[in-house]
Formats: sequence, structure tokens, C-alpha cells
Amino acid sequence: MRVLQIIEPAHRATLEEQDDTVLWFTRALRGAGAAADVLLVGTAVGYAVRGQTSAGLTLGAWSQRQPPDIEHEITKLIESGATVAALSEDLSRRGITPEALIDGVRVQSRHGLGRLLAQYDRVWKW
Amino acid sequence: MPKTLAVLMMDAPYEQTRTTTAFRLLDAALRNGYGVRVFAYEGAVSLPLTLQKAHPNAIHGRNAEEEAHPTPHVWVSALMHLAQTKGLMFDWVNCGLCVDERGVTDVVPGVRRGSPADFWKMVAESDNAVVIPTR
Repeated sequence: MRVLQIIEPAHRATLEEQDDTVLWFTRALRGAGAAADVLLVGTAVGYAVRGQTSAGLTLGAWSQRQPPDIEHEITKLIESGATVAALSEDLSRRGITPEALIDGVRVQSRHGLGRLLAQYDRVWKW
Repeated sequence: MPKTLAVLMMDAPYEQTRTTTAFRLLDAALRNGYGVRVFAYEGAVSLPLTLQKAHPNAIHGRNAEEEAHPTPHVWVSALMHLAQTKGLMFDWVNCGLCVDERGVTDVVPGVRRGSPADFWKMVAESDNAVVIPTR
């Protein structure tokens, strides 16, 4: 069974959870045997940008030791065989060029979405 | 063999109308002869928490009994009971790490602790699956 995880928006409690909870869930599903791929849309296309960091959160005397590393999560997904794509129209709306993307992230146009979704048995919008 | 629906919920109680809508879907599924499998992720693990308490409403001038404030764990129990009376599947799994983060240890009897692998198993064993995420 092939699953497409469409993720939007970005940064839902990512600092508290030290992860994007849907990217994390996708890695867990793949670990359980699911053929799960990811499509980033809306603000979530920002996850595909190379070189980001969330390090440095401090509150009083507390400092975060394990900030979320979204680039690492996306890279590990790609290395595991998942397709990770970002919607081209949402990228260009934000001035994000293909050269700025994490290696291996694909660009998917809205025009081809119907054909893309038809390739999956389950499509879940998160 | 009755059909079954798997549902993933993510919202904590008392935050979003999506929660009530999701419970309505579960109720409708059961009334229409579908078994249901629920995977509670993130804040939704608090839905079956039996420590929830109803309270009075001074603004409305109602005591606790009059206010009859909903507590979602009662909804979970009610659906569990409905499934039992109809001989249908009702399985509720709380994501374990989400439980640990939130300290949600006292839950409706019958609610299981699990992991995303359990959701994947639910999906594989159900006729369809819907994900209702938080925003």
C-alpha cells in the first residue's frame, strides 16, 4: 500500500517536540513497512530549504540540547527510499529557488497533482 | 464481516471543533454498522483521560450538575459501549510517547498504548483510513 503524506503547515510544536511530528510519524510508518512519501505544501515547503537551524532556544536557565533538525529528517527519509517533494508554486511564491533545496528533494507542480495522487492507495493531508 | 474505518486524531480536547466532528464521524460509522479503530496522536491522547472533571458555570448560573459539561472520556466510553451493543469493533490506541510527554496515565479501560506501527496495522486491517490533523 502506497501512502502520500501531504504536510501543511510547518512548525506545529516543532521546538517542543524536537521534530516535525508528521515527518517523524512518516519515518515511523516506513519503519513499520509502509511505503510512505511526503509532499510539502504551503508554509511546509520551507522545510525543504538547505542549511536551516532551530538551535538556540533558551528559557531562563533552560537551554534546548536537541533542537529539531528538519534537514536531517528529510535527508534520512530520502535515504530510506522515500520521495520527498515540495510544491513548486508555493516555493516560487516564497522566493525559494531549486538551488536552495536539500539534496534529493523533488519539485512538484500543482498541475501534475492529480496524476501524482492517483499513484497512491492512501493520501493523507496533515 | 462488517467493514471498518481507521481514524487518526491529533487535537487535544477542548481546543478545536474538529474533535467533536471526529467523534460524530465515529458515532455515525458505528450506527451505520462500521467498526472503528482510533489512533490518538499528540494531544488527542488526552481524550480518554479519566481525570477530566465537569465543572459549574457561574457565568451561566449553572451548578456542575446543571451544566453537565462534556468530558471527552465519557464520549470514548459511550462509543465503546455502542460498539459493544452492536457487536462491532472498537479499538482505541494512544500513541505511547505522546502519553509519556503529557502524563496521560489514567485512561478509559480498554484504551491501549501503542505506536505508529499500530496505526499502520490499523490501516492495513481497515477498509479505509482518515487522518484528522491539528492545525
